[in-house]
Amino acid sequence: MAPALRTIGLHKNFGGLVATADVSLTLEPGARHALIGPNGAGKTTFVNLLTGVLTPSAGRILLEGADITGESAHRRVRRGLARTFQINQLFRDLTPLETIGLAVSERQGTGRDWWRRVGTKGAVIGEIVAIAERFGLGDALEERTATLPYGKQRLLEIAIAFACRPRVLLLDEPAAGVPEAERHEILAAVAALPRDVAVLLIEHDMDLVFSFADRISVLVNGALFRDGTVEEIARDPAVRAVYLGEEADA
Amino acid sequence: MTIPHPPATRVTAALARRGRWRLPEVAFWALALAALFLLPGRYLILNEIAILALFALSLDLLLGYSGIVSLGHAAFFGLGAYTAGLLARHGVAEPVVGLFAAAGAAALVGFATSFLVLRGSDLTRIMVTIGVALVLGEIANRMAWLTGGADGLQGIVMGPVLGTFEFDLWGQTAYGYSLAVLFVLFLLARRIVHSPFGLSLCAIRDNPLRAAAVGIPVGGRLVAVYTLAAAYAGVAGALLAQTTQFVSLDVLEFHRSADVLLVLIIGGTGYLYGGIIGAVLFRLVQDELANLTPQYWYFWVGLILVVLVLVGRERVVATLAAPFAGLLRRFGRPVREA
Amino acid sequence: MLTLLFDGIAYGMVLFILSAGLSVTLGLMNFINLAHGAFAMAGGYVTVVAMNRYGVPFLAALPLAFLITAAVGLLLERTLYVRFYGRSHLDQVLFSIGLVFMAIAAVDYAMGSSQQLITLPAWLQGRVDVFGVAVGLYRSFIIAVCGVVVVVLQLILTRTRFGSRLRAAVDDQRVARGLGINVNLIFAATFAAGSGLAGLGGALGTEILGLDPTFPLKFMIYFLIVVTVGGTATITGPFLAALLLGIADVAGKYYVPEFGAFVIYTLMIVVLVLRPHGLFARAR
Repeated sequence: MAPALRTIGLHKNFGGLVATADVSLTLEPGARHALIGPNGAGKTTFVNLLTGVLTPSAGRILLEGADITGESAHRRVRRGLARTFQINQLFRDLTPLETIGLAVSERQGTGRDWWRRVGTKGAVIGEIVAIAERFGLGDALEERTATLPYGKQRLLEIAIAFACRPRVLLLDEPAAGVPEAERHEILAAVAALPRDVAVLLIEHDMDLVFSFADRISVLVNGALFRDGTVEEIARDPAVRAVYLGEEADA
Repeated sequence: MTIPHPPATRVTAALARRGRWRLPEVAFWALALAALFLLPGRYLILNEIAILALFALSLDLLLGYSGIVSLGHAAFFGLGAYTAGLLARHGVAEPVVGLFAAAGAAALVGFATSFLVLRGSDLTRIMVTIGVALVLGEIANRMAWLTGGADGLQGIVMGPVLGTFEFDLWGQTAYGYSLAVLFVLFLLARRIVHSPFGLSLCAIRDNPLRAAAVGIPVGGRLVAVYTLAAAYAGVAGALLAQTTQFVSLDVLEFHRSADVLLVLIIGGTGYLYGGIIGAVLFRLVQDELANLTPQYWYFWVGLILVVLVLVGRERVVATLAAPFAGLLRRFGRPVREA
Repeated sequence: MLTLLFDGIAYGMVLFILSAGLSVTLGLMNFINLAHGAFAMAGGYVTVVAMNRYGVPFLAALPLAFLITAAVGLLLERTLYVRFYGRSHLDQVLFSIGLVFMAIAAVDYAMGSSQQLITLPAWLQGRVDVFGVAVGLYRSFIIAVCGVVVVVLQLILTRTRFGSRLRAAVDDQRVARGLGINVNLIFAATFAAGSGLAGLGGALGTEILGLDPTFPLKFMIYFLIVVTVGGTATITGPFLAALLLGIADVAGKYYVPEFGAFVIYTLMIVVLVLRPHGLFARAR
């Protein structure tokens, strides 16, 4: 069986500045994989390359064996590669209901329908309800997104990505900036993601990384520095020096 | 699902509410229809209002729903006007045929130029839309043998609408015709904005980056809505040509693009009625002020614009509309606190 | 042929003087000021009124046009424009179109809608023959004045402390603020100077561009072309763009009058689509 996601020599430079250097990474189906690295290591650039926001200077990206390097951002989503954003990227003036309904419609292929009202098909309703309950958004469905509490907005971030029914889900610091009291709700939602979805977690918070991931990749200066199981990475003195040490200093 | 799950019924109901007709909406259209019989002598201005409303409605699809700033929307208005005018002048007397031709021509040019506004910032979009309007204006000016150039296109003779309703001197048919077209196209727009397609436009307006990350083909949708808005504007232009039986270069000029933007801003964007309400207010105010100082009408337009944005568009509109806030909400006007 | 080139250069020079301020507004404050032409018009009318009503000589009217327009610019910047930095582009566009409409109607009210004429001093009238090329004296004068202005601008930008601060602020406003540069003050000064230059351009251009109340709208697109095609990163970009535009417009009107301004507009669209940051901008 082909890996869920694979990059081969992925490379990106902005002029003389190398942001991603020759990264080859493999995500097995259903993986729980964390990508860590100090600030400025190029984690977000890497995610932007994977999702098609940026075009790589060299290298290839394979999603379940199929080459998606040249595909546009929205086609990658349709093929099963979804993401969340480190800083909320939501539709301010829509409600969570509309947002999720939109994502579900797009995935079901009715996004171009300009005649029927949203949700006139039973399948859409059922899926909206299931997603809303899974992410604890049932009570907030009809509020304007911009006015939701921050924790709910973070949940909606994950919910939209989930609504795309991804095979591979990229979570970019899902709990960033969430107040302590609302944090557990997000961690629970992340932990409860279905096992058949491969998850790449980009994270700073070591507790979250160690509790969630089976494998960890360490990115330093845009290059893959280490790649191994949680135990291997935790024991690796070089990683401690580069990453954990820096964390301790900061 | 044999027995509807309670949350499911709630979600269904909430989604259905989005597109439901509300009483004030029905009353509004009934009033517009009643004016057709109760306000003789005002048909000319009513007709102009209906046309301006349709033009502003088409801009609302772009600006209000898709977030595309255009300062050259007159390009499609003018194109529609010339298309309908030329058709009528060369023997096609049926107005409805003219409408379809105008919509088609405008949609074609809209589609072709939509690729120019896809990428780029607000500034490039503003420049490119102005540029397209200027190019069309220049073409119309240079092709005087076809368009009549600066003298305008004269000798337009219209047959009866659908072979039945003759245009009369007082403009009753004209208003009825324009109102009917406005209503039909409004219904279509209403249908569209509540569809998944319409919702995806709002998503692109709010956050194009995220829209693509949900699997929405941003470029394709913008091309579609730009083409659609162009067709709407083309129909509005055609109505003007047919009901006034005259087309001049004025239909393509910059002030027309600016006017329609102001009309939409006055009424508020993103709920379809903004353009219509704006058109009513704009023409009524214009009528008053222009009677006072016909030559300097644009001074007041400018002043309204400056004051409107200085105080904050949303706030001015909200304050003026406060007594009617409940009513407007019933028209589906979105509530946005600053 | 060479005469045409000469006229085109003169025309382009005026366009540059007219647009220089706009380039700064756009580059520094990311402000889309469609009312820039209104300042140019103000300069033109100051010259007309000063010369025709008060008998001020032409050479004295030019600095007057610069100073009065700069003062008006400063006043408007401090009272109105400053409220719009950071607002949406739509708001900026609506606001500045509003100003244009008001200016047009106000000038129409005060001065009438007819074309304004000034009588140039005798030593600037007519043409002389230089190596077989007929050279207009007034156009030579324009090129000389604008050439001096360009050199002075370039010197101010590259050699003075103000210039380096301005460039820093255009380059990265936040960093500039962090370095303790008073960006607001710089901008007010630059806006005033830019308006003044527009006024000077309007004064110089009265004779070759014509002057009536619709001036700000008629030439709005030309200013915008200069800054969008030239980019806002340097002063040379808009300068080259203005020269090209001037030459192309003059030559186009002479050789292919049936196309009119069509070529210019189309070229602008093509450039905007292919090079959204301008023809001479550094790649970003």
